[in-house]
Amino acid sequence: MIETVQQFILALLANELVVAVILSVLPLVFVIIYTLVVLYTEMKVAAHIQDRVAYMMTGWHGILQPIADMIKLLLKEDIIPEKADRILFRVAPYVTFAGSYAAFAVLPFTSIYIGANIHLGAFFLIASGSIVVVGILMAGWSSNNKWSLLGGLRSAAQMVSYEIPTALALVIVAMITGSLNLQEITKFQDGGIHNWLIFGGPFPLKTKLLLLPFTLITFIILFVASIAEVNRTPFDLPEAESELVQGFFTEYSGLRFAMFYLSEYANLFVVSALSVSLFLGGWSSPFGSVLSGPVWGIFWFVSKAYVLVLLQIWVRWTLPRLRVDQLMYVSWKVLTPWLFVCLLAVGAILVSVE
Amino acid sequence: MMRESIDVYTVLFYFFVSITLVSACVVVFSRHIVRSAFALLFTFFGVAALYVYLFADFLAITQLLVYVGGILVLILFGVMLTNKQINVDIKTGTLHIVPAIILAAAIGGTLVGIAWSNPWMVLPTSSSVKTTAPQIGELLLTTYLLPFEVASMVLMVALVGAVVIARREKNKKETTRDS
Repeated sequence: MIETVQQFILALLANELVVAVILSVLPLVFVIIYTLVVLYTEMKVAAHIQDRVAYMMTGWHGILQPIADMIKLLLKEDIIPEKADRILFRVAPYVTFAGSYAAFAVLPFTSIYIGANIHLGAFFLIASGSIVVVGILMAGWSSNNKWSLLGGLRSAAQMVSYEIPTALALVIVAMITGSLNLQEITKFQDGGIHNWLIFGGPFPLKTKLLLLPFTLITFIILFVASIAEVNRTPFDLPEAESELVQGFFTEYSGLRFAMFYLSEYANLFVVSALSVSLFLGGWSSPFGSVLSGPVWGIFWFVSKAYVLVLLQIWVRWTLPRLRVDQLMYVSWKVLTPWLFVCLLAVGAILVSVE
Repeated sequence: MMRESIDVYTVLFYFFVSITLVSACVVVFSRHIVRSAFALLFTFFGVAALYVYLFADFLAITQLLVYVGGILVLILFGVMLTNKQINVDIKTGTLHIVPAIILAAAIGGTLVGIAWSNPWMVLPTSSSVKTTAPQIGELLLTTYLLPFEVASMVLMVALVGAVVIARREKNKKETTRDS
């Protein structure tokens, strides 16, 4: 019985090693293509928000510019500062990207494709973020540059403290769905837009209306926390151009710089995909059984995540940057207490309904 | 095909073992304290991978989250901030060689002894263990409820204590500035 992409490739090639290699390369191809698309979107959206037009020369409305940028980055000289810690400086981009990329193992792109269908998928996704933190610290320290070090430290402090709202939001979802596997959570919400957890999940109307305000708040908090997790405005203190000259990757150039960039955009997709699978029904179609199926699943999953990415870009070019103390204030005194309220309320509702 | 797949897992097992051992050696023998701290990342990662081989999925991920995301970051903050600020590279040296050898030999001997005498249980690779999280959760809230609550109280007290200590220092500074 062939039910998943894994089993299909295994039946085709009959070699587990080859299957593992293919499955681990597939998301990489996706990440690269997706990064090019988002780079283009970001530049264009930013320009139009600021009443500019951005690049228009390369191809139709500058559509080839991301590819040109990528080639330029690959051809640039790879400079390592003389006083830098050479080993750590070289390793850091790869550690960072490995951390971001590890999360793709547990993302359910469609009903038949998930890299590793493990029971604690969402938990693993959060844990893999901590490897990114260490990679960023490594980059910041090894550059031997005050601003890089400061950027690295800020970034680590920020990512560690915003992990808490993310994890609490996850606990709430786990309480409702009874699972930490993103595939199971998505299946739980299958069957149309009204079953998505953001709208209270697939419960009888009364329970749904009781749950609705709390799941909605949880989703909004998760979204805010996810912007902070990827270090973007209004939470972009680690890279603040005007203060820290790009923060922890000031000294990087060429391919290594590209690795950081790729890792950042991969992270952007991962946090959006996490929000999508937890609250927006993952790969399930908003119209119930219409336009659903494995191939449409990929379409829905990627486009829902893309909408969230667009939202993050919009926020980035609209809001000013927070101060460090405001950043901590938002995480510890606003988001976390509200999530505790939601946690207690959702628990009480679920118990009373049973 | 079955044989081949087992080989892949065995090779990967030795790969993770070598990552763990090599990086642990770097942690101990590197004269550069920051490099030691960063090498810990690979040690923790390798240990987490070995937990996966023991079907301890929850433990493996918690290892990553707590040790890499928490303890390692804390160590790095400490090492990185002190190392650069006083403008002297802190190097790890060797002190008290004789007591250190005795202690290490005692600990090593105990560990080897336990490993030798313990009746190890060998699970087949196609074991039906799927996940350990529900069992751990149930045990924590039934059989081991008291230790669980005590641990959470201890953590809570530590958190409050940390805040109190941090706040007091700030107040002192402010009063001196005022006077």
